Amino acid sequence: MKDQQMQATSEAIVRPNPARTTPVVALCGVTKRFPGVIANNDVSVQIWAGEVHVLLGENGAGKSTLIGILSGLQRPDEGHIEIDGKPVEISSPRQALGLGIGTVFQHSMLVPSLSVVDNFTLGGSWWRCPDRTGTAERIRETARQLGLRVDPFALVATLSLGERQQVEILRALMRGSRCLILDEATAMLTPHEAVALGALMRRLIADGLAIVFITHKLNEAVAYGDRISVLRLGKTVGAITPEQLNAATDAENTARIIRLMFGETAARSAHGLARAASDFGPVVLQVEALRTQAGSTPLRDVSLAVRAGEILGIAGIDGNGQKELAEALAGQLACSGGSVKVNGREVGGLSVGGRRAAGLRYVTDDRLGEGTVASFPVAMNLVLKDIGAEPFWQKGLEKSHAIHAQAERHIRDFDIRTPTHHTPVGKLSGGNIQKVLLARELTGAAEVVIFAKPTYGLDVNNIRTTRQRIRDAADAGKAVLLISTDLDELLELADQIAVIDRGALRGCVENDAGARDAIGRLMSAGDDQ
Amino acid sequence: MNNQQTVAPTALRKATKPAGGGGWVWALGISIGPLLAALALGGLVLLAMGVNPFTYYGYVVHRAILSQMGLEATLTRMGPLLLIAASLIVAFRAGIWNLGGDGQFLLAAVAVAAATPAMLTAGVPVWVNLAIGLVIGAAVGALWGVLPALLKAWQGINEIITTMMMSFLGVSFANVLVKLLFLDPTTTTPQTATLPVEARLPRLFGTTVSSGLIIGIVVVIAVHLMMTRTAFGMRLRLVGASPRAAVHAGLSVPRLTIAVFTISAALAGLSGAVDILGTQGNVRADWNPAYSLTVVPLVFLARLNGVGSIAYVFMFSALTIGGESAARKLGVPSFFSLVIVALLLITLGLAEYMDKRRQDRARH
Repeated sequence: MKDQQMQATSEAIVRPNPARTTPVVALCGVTKRFPGVIANNDVSVQIWAGEVHVLLGENGAGKSTLIGILSGLQRPDEGHIEIDGKPVEISSPRQALGLGIGTVFQHSMLVPSLSVVDNFTLGGSWWRCPDRTGTAERIRETARQLGLRVDPFALVATLSLGERQQVEILRALMRGSRCLILDEATAMLTPHEAVALGALMRRLIADGLAIVFITHKLNEAVAYGDRISVLRLGKTVGAITPEQLNAATDAENTARIIRLMFGETAARSAHGLARAASDFGPVVLQVEALRTQAGSTPLRDVSLAVRAGEILGIAGIDGNGQKELAEALAGQLACSGGSVKVNGREVGGLSVGGRRAAGLRYVTDDRLGEGTVASFPVAMNLVLKDIGAEPFWQKGLEKSHAIHAQAERHIRDFDIRTPTHHTPVGKLSGGNIQKVLLARELTGAAEVVIFAKPTYGLDVNNIRTTRQRIRDAADAGKAVLLISTDLDELLELADQIAVIDRGALRGCVENDAGARDAIGRLMSAGDDQ
Repeated sequence: MNNQQTVAPTALRKATKPAGGGGWVWALGISIGPLLAALALGGLVLLAMGVNPFTYYGYVVHRAILSQMGLEATLTRMGPLLLIAASLIVAFRAGIWNLGGDGQFLLAAVAVAAATPAMLTAGVPVWVNLAIGLVIGAAVGALWGVLPALLKAWQGINEIITTMMMSFLGVSFANVLVKLLFLDPTTTTPQTATLPVEARLPRLFGTTVSSGLIIGIVVVIAVHLMMTRTAFGMRLRLVGASPRAAVHAGLSVPRLTIAVFTISAALAGLSGAVDILGTQGNVRADWNPAYSLTVVPLVFLARLNGVGSIAYVFMFSALTIGGESAARKLGVPSFFSLVIVALLLITLGLAEYMDKRRQDRARH
């Protein structure tokens, strides 16, 4: 069966447009209840061939559940699904695939320790030797048709997140998908990759594919979507048809979507005010010729300087040394040369704790993996980097009242929504976990704050709060290094923007009217080399 | 966001709602039920073996708890077991799987059994001799943990494999030492020289209970307090819960790994010393009580809680002491106590599952 699908690959991509009278997939009055919560409440959505259907909604609006139902992971309590107008039961992911619904989840479902081609042949018949060369050829061919470059024999672990996503899209197509679901597809992509994905989606729907594109980035919804459905608290609160979309300008559409997502009140402050120009203080963070040997993208002679009150943005395609830069500065990654100075004092030889004591803070993008411990209470996670320090521990003994008092303060000041400070941090939503990290890193004697992809995976409200915190930190005189793959974020917040490419910094531009183009040129300059 | 708002009041209600009568009965059932169920299932096994379960259990309880001699034996046996429990709790809480306790225990026991009688005859006072014996035990145990510790800390080599390999080596090496090096020439059985009864750990309050029990209880409670109340314990728990978060928080994971191994292996060695100095007096060739591997399920039953482990160690100690008598009397193999422990693990797991289901249902 597998092989037949493989051979059907090229047809799958150039399949002619089916009749436009019935949707490829239709959800009819789907309701799904989880203990205590109605994830989907009488949701009806129609997905048409040749259209990018954007599902918009905040975290917890019910998007993931809807995807789960479509991809066979969950079954609706009420309502049903129709494919080509015929009701079907989707009881397993395998069946969803068989019905032509292919899903690319937000988090990669590839096996990192296997090569690309081995990931493709995984589902094959157990008694047959997988045809690796044949599959590899078909991967190359399909990729070429879509204008992608994929090495079938590369180990998945060596691919960037964007490349892994491309591989997953390829795999879904080669298994004969007619409806492709992209769950938070751009969340981990760079601006370039996101644009490329947009173009790829246009090419795919031109071939008659139906695409469901889940996002919470409004500009992407407007830019790539043919039809937009907005989910809120499990219900579809609005839909914008292609005709309506085309009739209005992007700005009008955006305003309309914001009204649908958050109600009328939120619409006015979608974007914060541009940062007031201010005089910066002396240089606080000075990095010279920093190089590393470890890490997947070693740093090559990175030099930068951030003044007090300044936000230096680091733009770049994900996987070009962003993680290495942040970890090398924080002291988590050993450096093989160069110097890091905080307020003129060399901290390059210090440990993570020593650098923190010198005022260097690091807000990691891996909030649950390394930033917090899911099973520990909120209060303990707030002192995770101060274990043994006064006043939370005295002579090595835990002083729980001091820890709890501080937790109460942070919960209030940073508006952390948690039942109590004893609640395990893993039970909180992503936005609230981020607030825990912000509270921990932005308080006390912070001088330099490194943010790594600070709004990655957050919903619009939390993105706004987090960006305000970053702005506030700079206004309070801290030197801020903002590493982000979201160019809009950098353009909104940063004073200067440098581009990182294959472990080296490539130029630095003032954030003014021409910044977007200048950064684009710097990024593409790297590609030519 | 919206979930948060609905969750908070529910949690609040739950916290403030007084426990009803039904809840109380459930709580009691859920804590005692698994034990009764395990004993009942064990009873079925006994029936299949042709033994009346009531006779067996009655006999075990009588010999291990109700008779004075049995109770004293039960309490004495607890000393080394508690030290092993402490050893395992430190390691497991820090996410280190030290499964080499048997080798650490036995080598320490042999070293203590070889050194203390010799020192006594050389004129070392009894008390000093005992103190040195305990130190030797801890030191030898820790020494046997060094190699896995370094391999884990520097090379990230899986400590489950290295500690078990070191354990096999340690057990065999201890045997070799007894048979070749420390053989007592005055006896015909291959064993080390025997420490005279009057030179062993003092007995408690005119009974035969060894003061090893006190050492065990003090150490296991100290370990519990260290893990739950101190900054050092917090660091170990952080490494155990998430090594990456520990690195991010600025902890030196290799250094903590070595510290954990040292403490854990030293406590296993101390257990060997207490068993020799308190109970055995010598080591016979081929002696290996394998305490460490049998205590592993106990500390998990106690959820790595030091205080809770005392109760489980008592129960297990009684089962083994009573079981040893019952083996002679009723022909039930002495390792039947392990069958009960295994059944208890299963029934407790089921009880936990049922409790969780009930809580989930109650919430909605």
